[in-house]
This record gives sequence, C-alpha cells and structure tokens, in this order.
Amino acid sequence: MTETVISTPTHLRTPGTDTRGSTGRWPTYAVGFAIAAGLTAASFVLAANHWLTPASLVAALVVLAIAQMIVHLIFFLHITTAPAQKTNILALLLTLLIISLVVIGSLWIMAQLNAHMVPMDQLMQMQR
Amino acid sequence: MTDVSITPASERAPERYHPATKLGVTGFGFYVYLLSDAILFSALFATFAVLKTATAGGPTARDLFELKTVGLETACLLTSSFVCGLAMQAAEARRPRELAALLCVVFALGAGFLGLEIREFAGMMAAGAGPDRSAFLSAFFALVGAHGLHITVGLIWIGVLLIHVTTMGLSESYFRRLFCFSLFWHVLDVVWIAIFTFVYLLGIQP
Amino acid sequence: MFGKLTLHDIPFDQPIIMGTCLGILMVGAAVLGLITYLHRWRWLWVEWITSVDHKRIGVMYILLALVMLLRGFSDALMMRTQLALAGGGHAGYLPPEHYDQVFSAHGTIMIFFVAMPFVVGLMNIVVPLQIGARDVAFPVLNSISFWLTAAGALLPNIALGVGEFARTGWLAYPPLSELPFSPGVGVDYYLVALQISGIGTLLSGVNLITTILKMRAPGMELGMMPVFTWTALGSNLLIVAAFPILTVTFALLMLDRYAGFHFFTNDAGGNPMLFINLIWGWGHPEVYILILPAFGVFSEVIATFSGKPLFGYRSMVAATMVITVLAFVVWLHHFFTMGAGANVNAFFGIATMIIAVPTGVKVFNWLFTMYGGRIRFEPPVLWTIGFMITFVIGGMTGVLMAVPSNDFLLHNSLFLIAHFHNVIIGGVLFGCFAGMTYWFPKVFGFTLEPRLGKAAFWCWFVGFYLAFMPLYVLGFLGMTRRINHYDNPAWDPYILIACAGAFLILGGIGLQILQLVVSIRTWRERRDLTGDPWDGRTLEWSLSSPPPAFNFPLLPAVEGLDAYWTSKSAGLSPGRSAYEDIWLPKNSPVGFVLAACASVGGFALVWHIWWLAVLGLVGGIGALIASSWREHGEVCIPAAEVARLDHLATVFRVRN
Repeated sequence: MTETVISTPTHLRTPGTDTRGSTGRWPTYAVGFAIAAGLTAASFVLAANHWLTPASLVAALVVLAIAQMIVHLIFFLHITTAPAQKTNILALLLTLLIISLVVIGSLWIMAQLNAHMVPMDQLMQMQR
Repeated sequence: MTDVSITPASERAPERYHPATKLGVTGFGFYVYLLSDAILFSALFATFAVLKTATAGGPTARDLFELKTVGLETACLLTSSFVCGLAMQAAEARRPRELAALLCVVFALGAGFLGLEIREFAGMMAAGAGPDRSAFLSAFFALVGAHGLHITVGLIWIGVLLIHVTTMGLSESYFRRLFCFSLFWHVLDVVWIAIFTFVYLLGIQP
Repeated sequence: MFGKLTLHDIPFDQPIIMGTCLGILMVGAAVLGLITYLHRWRWLWVEWITSVDHKRIGVMYILLALVMLLRGFSDALMMRTQLALAGGGHAGYLPPEHYDQVFSAHGTIMIFFVAMPFVVGLMNIVVPLQIGARDVAFPVLNSISFWLTAAGALLPNIALGVGEFARTGWLAYPPLSELPFSPGVGVDYYLVALQISGIGTLLSGVNLITTILKMRAPGMELGMMPVFTWTALGSNLLIVAAFPILTVTFALLMLDRYAGFHFFTNDAGGNPMLFINLIWGWGHPEVYILILPAFGVFSEVIATFSGKPLFGYRSMVAATMVITVLAFVVWLHHFFTMGAGANVNAFFGIATMIIAVPTGVKVFNWLFTMYGGRIRFEPPVLWTIGFMITFVIGGMTGVLMAVPSNDFLLHNSLFLIAHFHNVIIGGVLFGCFAGMTYWFPKVFGFTLEPRLGKAAFWCWFVGFYLAFMPLYVLGFLGMTRRINHYDNPAWDPYILIACAGAFLILGGIGLQILQLVVSIRTWRERRDLTGDPWDGRTLEWSLSSPPPAFNFPLLPAVEGLDAYWTSKSAGLSPGRSAYEDIWLPKNSPVGFVLAACASVGGFALVWHIWWLAVLGLVGGIGALIASSWREHGEVCIPAAEVARLDHLATVFRVRN
C-alpha cells in the first residue's frame, strides 16, 4: 500500500536552482550585467538632463526601473516562465499584488485625508 | 494493493506533485522570506511617498542629493551582483578557491557601497539635514538606512561564508547557505533600483 | 550603568500590583522547585526546550497561550469589576492611569500572546501530520519562532512589576504614543515586545508556507489537502504579507521615540494619521490570520462528527483563498471616522461587505455538512455549534458597521467592543478550544474528560452572551470604550449583567483547568489506543497517539481527498514492508539562546541601558552565526529501529 519515496524531482525548481550542474552559464550573468548597466546608465543620463518633460521623465524612469528589475529576475535570479517555476511566479505575483494594494491604497488614503484636513489656522482656532 | 515498487513516483508521473529536495525546500523558504522583505520595503516606500513633501521648511531632495555619489553606489552594487553570480558558478563547479576570491570581491564592492552611503549620511547630518530635521528626512533615512542595514547584514554573512569555505570546504549544506545569500544579495540590488529611481533620480527633479 | 532604571520604578506603593507580582514569583519558584525536586531539568532541556519537533513546539505555543489567557482574563475581570463599581460618580478601585494600562495590556496580550500562539500552535501540531510530512520545513527555525514569541510575552509581564505598561490602547496610536505624551517606558515595553514576537511569527509563516507547498506526501495534490491545511496556508500567506508592515510601523514609532525622527509627531511634518493607516494595513489581515485556522478547525470537526465528508470542498477552498486576498482591501473600515472622505469610505465599506460573502459560503457549507449526518455531540462539536451561532451574530454586527454612516455613530463605542469580542471569542477562541479538545488525544494519547468539557463550554457560552450582548445595547446608549467610570444610571443594569457574565466565563475557565487536572490524573481510563478516537477522516488519525517522533514510519502515498477515510473504508491494513532509515533533525539550543538574548537586550532597550542592549544584540547574532557551524543537523534512525517502533505502536493498537 505504501511505497518508499525517493525524492529526486529534477524538475522542481526554486529561483536559481536550475543552474546546478549546468556549464557555460557565465554568459547569462554577463549579458544580464551588460543590459542592466545600460538601462541604469540610461536612467541616470535621462534624469540628469532636461530632454524630457517632467511627466515623460517619470514615465521613462518607471519603465526603465521595471525593466532593470525584470533583467535581475531573469538573468540573476533565474525566475522564468518555465512550468517548474510556477509556484515562484505565483508567489511573486501575489507579492506584487499586496505591494500595489498597500502602496497605492496608502497613497490614496493619505492624500484624501490630507485634502479633507481642516486648515491649520482654523484648527488652532477650534482649540480655544 | 500492496505496491512495493521503488520506481520514484516522479518518474512515473512527472507532472504530478512531488516533495522537493532539501535545496528546493531551503531555496523556496528563503525566497518566501525575501518576498516578505519586499513587502517590508514597500511599506517604507509608501511612508516615503507620503512624507516626501513634508520638508518642514528644511532641506529638500534637490538641495541634498548628488547624482555622482548615487551613480557610484549603483555601479558598486550592480557589479557586486554580477560577481556574486560568478561566485555561484564557481561553487557549482566545486572550485572553492575561486569562490573565496570572488566572494572577497563582492565584499569589497559591498563595503564600497556602504562606505559611500555612510559618508553621504554623515555629510547630511553634519549639514543639519539629519533624520530629526523633518518627516521627509526621517523617511529618507529610514528607507535608505534600512537598505544599508540589509547590506551590512550581507557583508557579515559574506564574512561567515568566507570563513566556512576556507576552513571547512564546500559541502551540500554550505552550498544551500551560499545560494540563499546570493538570492539575498540580488534582491537587495533590485530594491536599490527602486531606491535610486524613486528617491534620488525622481527626487532631484524640480 | 542601568540607564533609566532605578528602584523607584518598582511600584512598591501599589498593593494590587505587588500582590500579583509576589504571587507570580511564588508560583514560578514553586514550579522551578518542583522541577528540581523531580530531577527533571535535563529532561526538560532535551525533551522540550531544545526540541525542534513540531508537535512539542506546538504544545509549548498552546501552553503559552493558556497561561497568558489567565493574565489577559484577569485584566478583563479587573475592568468589568471596576465599571460595576464606578457608576454614579464613584471612582471605583482602579484609577485611570492604571485602568489605561490594564486595557492596553488586555488587548495586547489577548491578540499577540493568546490568540496568535494558540492558532500557530495548532497549525504547528496538525499541518505536518495532515499532509504526511515528518516535520515542518525548517525545524530549528520553528524553535526560534516559538522562543521569540515567548520572549515577547515575557516583557509585558515584567512591565507589571518593573516600570509601567503602555496607556495607549493595544495599538498605541500617536501622538499619544509619542514621547511628549508618553514619556515613560510603557510604550517602549509594548514596542520592543511586539517587535521580538513579530519576527518569530513572520519566520513561522515562512516555515509553514514552505512546508505546505513543498513537503506534502507523494501524490497529495493541492486539491487533496484537508481544509484545515488550506486555511493554514491562507493564514500563513497573510502572516508573511502583513507582519512586515507591523515591523515597519513599530520600527518607525521606535525611531520617533528613540532617535528623534518625525514620522508621526505633531511637528516637523510628521503625520499621525499615517501610523493609523499603516497599522491597520497589518491589523486587518491579522484578524483573518486568526480566524482562518479556526474556520479550518470547524470544517474538520463538523465533518468528522457528522460522519460525512465536508460539504462543498471546492467552494470552501475558493472561499478561503478569496478571504485571504480580500483581507488586504478592507483595512480602512477601522478608521472611517478619521476623515478620508466619502469616496474612500464608500470603497472600503463596500469591500468590507463583500468579504462577508465567502464567510457566508463557509457557514452554509458547514450547515449542509451537518444536514443528513449523524451528529455526535462531543465537546468539539459543542464549541463548533456555539461558534456558528455566535460568529454569525458578530459578523452581522460587523457588516452593520461596514456602512460608514452607521460607523460614524458606533465607532469606538461599546458596540464596536461587543462586535470584535463577539467574533474573536466566538470565532477564534471557540475554534481554538474545539481544536484543542479535538486533537488533544492525538498529541497526548488520551482524551479529555468530556463532561467537564461540556460544562466548561456552557459556562463560556452563556457567560459570553451575558458579558457581551449588553455591550451592544450600551453602544447604542452612547457609552464609549476605554472609560473607567461613568455617571449615566441607564447604563447600570447592563454593566452589572456584563460583570456577571465575566464571572461566569471565569467559572468556565476554572472548569477547563479542572478538566485538565482530572483528565491527567485519570488518563488511563481514556487512553486512545487506536490512534483514531473520533473516527477521523484525515491522515493524522492514521498514526498512533501520540505519534512517534518521525510521525510516519512510511510516507503515505495519497490518491485523493480524506486519504485516511478512504483507506479505512477499503479495509486496508497497513502493509509494513521496506522500511527506510529516517533522518530526524537534531535538537538545537539556538532558539532558546536567541530568545534569552532578545529578552535581555529588549529589557535593556526599554530602560536605555545601551551597553546591555548591544550585548544582547551581539549575543543573539553570535549565537546564530555559531549555530551555522553545525554541519550535520540530523540524526539517523535506522530502518530496523523504525520497524521496531512501528510494530510496537501497531501491536498496542491491535491489542485493544
């Protein structure tokens, strides 16, 4: 009824484990490094100069930041869309959802609270 | 229905669930911890975003931040992430001396980052722009300081890893711990991307 | 040398406090003396303190919870008696500055050191057994988690005799909790204690998620996990997602208090409302962290004692996961009145009402499980049915307050107090008691005496209604929370009834203690020799009671839901062949040592004894680093020994 279990799932991977025993992998890190460095340099250059309107600059920097993070995820942390990475991706997506809710929710709530706040001079008058 | 087959279930039905290896378990657990750390940083980011205009008549981001320093810090951290990747490959190939040398480089770059950051903080505090000056500065010091604290922990960790590999060699359990460190170090670089983008690069905009 | 600490910080002039401290010290000395007399120090160290066995750690968690329940309930009795005496202009016996500490300690202890450890303890014991695993993913980390929680629990109790506790309520809102308005050590005790235990809880979350996702028995797909394991997964996902927010928020307040930062101060740009926003961003998921495992307990109990599979497994799982996600979109309903405006309030109010829906799905599924079943009214079932009635009422009052315009009238009134005690006692606590009585025989090898258990339930149940239904009325009559005296005679009868209810609950607690004592003294009469005293459905009931250290001699091959029930019904006897060597994790002192360092360092931090605080920190880090030198963390139990232990257990069961 019961079977002995030898747990050797060659396909169940956590971030990075599929580099085990693999050779010729340093190009992945080097390629990732080069792309990330390029994106980083682009961010700094854009921010230091005034080629873009403020709104466009914000958008560009956000896009560049996300791109850099994705490069890190794929090239350094080896989180890909492979089937064995399903749980890892799910966990990451859930985390991103929570982060979005907390950050966007907090920003919205605090902005609304501040907007509805009685002006300070009126508030001080009410203290009397 | 007594089945005493010892064919691993993983070979008979590869798409079904199977318990993970020790490395898989450890790696996943540490990954989950790192995701919780990401949420920790996001709470600090949310605080910074809310308080970034609360300068209380004191210095603002434009007054304080120097892109050169930040650029240097970023270069240190990004390069150290790359070298950390090389170190992992040395470990997989069971080359402990190369691993130790690469870890030293990671340490040096991380220490360089930390040194630059400490200098930046000290300069700000000496100029009256310490965390007690305004809510904006409190938030800045807390967010960037938390990242710096994590880097410090990472440096201590590298120290322990170096001692282990030079005195006890490369075992399975060592590899697991090194692997966790590399995840940690890469994620810290990801957090730094968010910091230099949202705090520094966007902060200095008029 | 001693920071701010002086002898004057011990309240020698407070007889109640001094009497209590003396009592605690005497009981403590008696316990230590007993251990010495019975020569049990080594046994205690090896079998419990340094144990990394999830079953032992779970028991210690629950023990901690039960002891702290006594402390938290004492606070409740004090409050109820004070109010009963303090109507019509009388001052009562508890002056406001003490009353404030009492209600702050009551809330802090009940949430963080009763409910959390109880729930975490149950999950620790049961989840590995239910999924066919030998332990959790990180056994040493598990020990660290428990001991850090215990270290956290120690500090508010030390605050009783040395210094003071926070007077800010259990969530320490600024600006009251900032230095200008709370210059004493009370808030620092609170913050340090909860930071320490918060780390323990977070690590526990990581541990259980990894265990559930990566260490189930072969063949157990997610859709075959017992519902308790699903709710444990949801709860631990929430722990990992929410506790970092708590850590950050308290760290920011500590920076304000210790280093002059300005996050939540009134000046220099600080924003106290930000604290409230962040703390409830943790606080709301926290209540779901507590209730989800309780829901899981009820699912297991009602299916077992109705003799039927749980109705609607898939919808139960879906409801659990929906609640888990929705837990993060409702937190503003705790501060509707802070003034975020109609749009924000409307969004969160609607979201709060939506989250009631999956809970309703669960309630109907439990009812449908009972329908057509042959229900055995053992104590776990009494707690479950008591929960179903009580929690539904509490949930409905919650939905009532989810409407912002209602909440503007009821916020911070006793209606609110009644609501959350309704759902926490009726939901979480009843669930913990149900789980305790249900799984007690599995852990200890004998069942609890049932008649005392039923009597205890009735005292709790009737006592709860007497103690809290009047509070709903008082809320409507305008009584606010956290007041220690009043002068509205219309409130008198309700306050007196509530006080009576509290004493009835005290009777219930007394009966539970009696039940434990009697059960232990007469354990032979209620031995669980089959391992399956309740005719259970899930894998933990396939093991002997108590299970061997390694849980499963052979990992089960799971092929469907209710794995044990299936094999039982097919009349399969466990064919024992092909035993393997089992590697068990070794004991480790690092958890206890870390907690000791945290306690010392934490105490030092509270009293600004900087050198000692640094010492505690360095000691803790040093202990962690030193523990990494241990290359071999496991000990081998040879296959022959496993076979021998398994045969012993089987023979024992077959013989009776």
